[in-house]
Amino acid sequence: MITLTVNGNAHQVDVDPETPLLYVLRDELALNGAKFGCGLGQCGACAVMVDGAAVNSCVVPVGTLKGRRVVTVEGLGTNGKSGVLQQAFIDEQAAQCGYCIAGMIMRAQALLDRHPAPSDAEIRTHMEPNLCRCGTHMRILRAIRRASEALRHEVAPRREAGR
Amino acid sequence: MRPLNRLTPSRRGFLLGGGALIVSFALPPRLAVAQEPGEKKLPGSLQRDPKLNSWIRIDERGAITVFTGKCELGQGIKTALIQVAAEELAVAPESIHLVTADTALTPNEGYTAGSHSMQDSGTALRYAAAQARSLLIGAASARWRVPRERLKAQDGAVVADDGRRLGFGALVKEELLHVAADGRSQLTDASHFRLIGMRVHRVDIPAKVGGGPAFVHDLRPPGMLHARVVRPPSYRGALLHVDTTPIAKMPGVRAVHRDGNYLAVIAEREYQAVAAMHALEQAATWNETPTLPEPDKIFDWLASQPAERIPVLAGSGGLTGGTNILEATYRRAYQMHASIGPSCAVAQFENGQLTVWTHSQGVFPLRAAIAQLVQLPAEKVRCIQVDGSGCYGHNGADDAGADAALLAMALPGRPVRVQWTREQEHTWEPYGSAMITKARAALGADGRIAGWDYSVRSCTHATRAGPAGNLLPAWLLAQPSTPPPPRPLPLPEGGGHRNAAPIYSIPNARVAYEFVSAMPLRVSALRSLGAYMNIFSIESFMDELAQAAKADPVDFRLRHLDDPRVRAVIKVAAESFGWADYQRRQDHGRGFAFARYKNLAAYLAVALEVAVDRKGRRVRLKRAVAAVDCGEAVNPDGIENQIEGGILQSASWTLHERVAFDRTRITSRDWSRYPILRFNGIPDEVRVHVVNQPGTPFLGTGEAAQGPTAAAIANAIADATGARLRDIPLTLP
Repeated sequence: MITLTVNGNAHQVDVDPETPLLYVLRDELALNGAKFGCGLGQCGACAVMVDGAAVNSCVVPVGTLKGRRVVTVEGLGTNGKSGVLQQAFIDEQAAQCGYCIAGMIMRAQALLDRHPAPSDAEIRTHMEPNLCRCGTHMRILRAIRRASEALRHEVAPRREAGR
Repeated sequence: MRPLNRLTPSRRGFLLGGGALIVSFALPPRLAVAQEPGEKKLPGSLQRDPKLNSWIRIDERGAITVFTGKCELGQGIKTALIQVAAEELAVAPESIHLVTADTALTPNEGYTAGSHSMQDSGTALRYAAAQARSLLIGAASARWRVPRERLKAQDGAVVADDGRRLGFGALVKEELLHVAADGRSQLTDASHFRLIGMRVHRVDIPAKVGGGPAFVHDLRPPGMLHARVVRPPSYRGALLHVDTTPIAKMPGVRAVHRDGNYLAVIAEREYQAVAAMHALEQAATWNETPTLPEPDKIFDWLASQPAERIPVLAGSGGLTGGTNILEATYRRAYQMHASIGPSCAVAQFENGQLTVWTHSQGVFPLRAAIAQLVQLPAEKVRCIQVDGSGCYGHNGADDAGADAALLAMALPGRPVRVQWTREQEHTWEPYGSAMITKARAALGADGRIAGWDYSVRSCTHATRAGPAGNLLPAWLLAQPSTPPPPRPLPLPEGGGHRNAAPIYSIPNARVAYEFVSAMPLRVSALRSLGAYMNIFSIESFMDELAQAAKADPVDFRLRHLDDPRVRAVIKVAAESFGWADYQRRQDHGRGFAFARYKNLAAYLAVALEVAVDRKGRRVRLKRAVAAVDCGEAVNPDGIENQIEGGILQSASWTLHERVAFDRTRITSRDWSRYPILRFNGIPDEVRVHVVNQPGTPFLGTGEAAQGPTAAAIANAIADATGARLRDIPLTLP
């Protein structure tokens, strides 16, 4: 048995510790967000956050994740109640087929959590590992910028209140 | 949701003076979705299925279900079709439940391909919904004995001018909609649109950003098993030996399936199937034969093959009218669809009935193929389309559907999910064919083209399922089906010769397609088919001719164009880009191109700028401005999204992509051997102007950007460096 924390909930899973996290998320926990794209860590369709960093879940053995926090796109919000970044993707209509999008959101979320006001160049560099085949890149960048602006407006008053 | 103001340019059109748009709006008004009186054919796909209730059903509670035989491929078709149907039914879009391609439920609209969905299904639904509205108003008129003129449909009810109101559900009794579609109903006038022309948010995006079950990959019917296939390492690999006994004993494995050269494993859990697949790959030994042409001589091979010569334009091709003769040869490597999600399908065989959930582009043709493959009558096979990763044409979707069908038949009762690997998708999908084009033209003393002789040569662009022999798994079985000999797609749309005829007014033009039936690499339909290469060639050659004529490339094109709609998009793109006052900078260049897709669908012009890194031999598309006229624009944001995506995808094809292979194997096995455009290579800006044409027919849009973008990039590289690159992918010397 491996204990795994996903989106704040502890799960006991009975799998070979070598099993990549992706298969545990999709097959054991029935989460759809992380997608199988290559199984080689080359495309980012399966990206999730582990302790705040974006990782390709298709190449991370689940046995290495004891005591670490895994967040999938479902952890940011689900259909009907979207997180800030997800809402920005909806507002910008930043998807065509949408297969890469959950991975894009997770990689971008890892950036915004650490650095809420990245420059365009920083966003591009950070998003470099993720592939999109439909050519939705321009909208994806707009959505990340939009979320960054929304987060700044959200965070600023909170800081004020804390003083 | 924001309205698109049709009297002023769309939100991205503000840079323009508007003069170009006035040109197009000054056209004589056209009949809505032009259907001439007395014409026999019904509009759009109503011709294929003329029963009104095949398209629209309303139950006694007033719930509305709309049916389409087309598929959501990421192009936003669900949303646009809901807009059209809701517009004509005078209901809110949220009140429509849309059912997409399902052989048990929907009309047969063939393939979702060729940018046909709005023309075929959008047109059918518009007329069907207008007729349904008319019938509902007629029913209320009879019930109340009030003339129709005093009634209107509104929010799911018919209301009278005296305030009386009856819901659609109360009016649909006695099978009101069980009638033949007549295609004659009065369509809603563009001046009254609530939904057509609006930037309605796509209905499928919330689930796709929220982790909802959005794709066929996400289906989990109870009791589902996981399968993986093991393919031969090359096209003609023959299985010499495999000991499946140890694999059958691996944890969770329910079956190891072998049928000739066909190998698969089926397991309870997904990663158990993956582990068993790896073990099976290790256990199998194959005999391989070098059947592929020498990769470095692929164009010599293509040029040397016997070919069927198909005339496209039957002019003389004589060049004697000109004083300056130019000629050029262009070449394009094999390129792949390279969907981000490898193909997937789920199938279940239960009580003699086979059901396949698939991201196919054509559930009816796939049903026929699978029925033949598994030897069931077609009525015992149901294919249901579920969203997949973007396909951009004929990728592995149908083959994965066949895999799931074969394996579900082998283990009756339980649903079986097959997921291809990245390597299987890269190496077994049908590619876009390598192509060669040859252009010759004569330039007259007046600076106009006086003669034109053009040929295009390629393998087929159409090996879709229909016959079981076009399904890859069928080739591998002990009793294999062989693919039928490929045939060229007919004109006017064509396959390799799509857009081979120049749209320009040119005397003596001769154009021919040299169709090569040999097919050493598996090939089929890749987004826009031959149009990508033909437009690349023609629009590159137009710039070469303009240079010889010492003319500005945009002015040179306009010299040979009369159609006001063509001229309008060219002017919008050029003006918005700032073509006339372009400031030249070191290692930068501008390029322009235009085409009307298939010479009968959307008009698209693009002006763009590239930056050239001579030392690193890299080219980056810096900014692009496109103008597109796709007739009546239903969802301008959806159109912009498709065009932006098309520009970036075409830039990727044109600058980066080539399928690599050796004499035996495809070696582009994953993203490391088939690099595509990434975030570091994308432009700073892409702007799309939708030049709306209210009251005109819908024109297919989804593939319109592929060809013009490629040529504009080559033209911009030539402008920046003086080097004319004619081989795709374009590589700096």
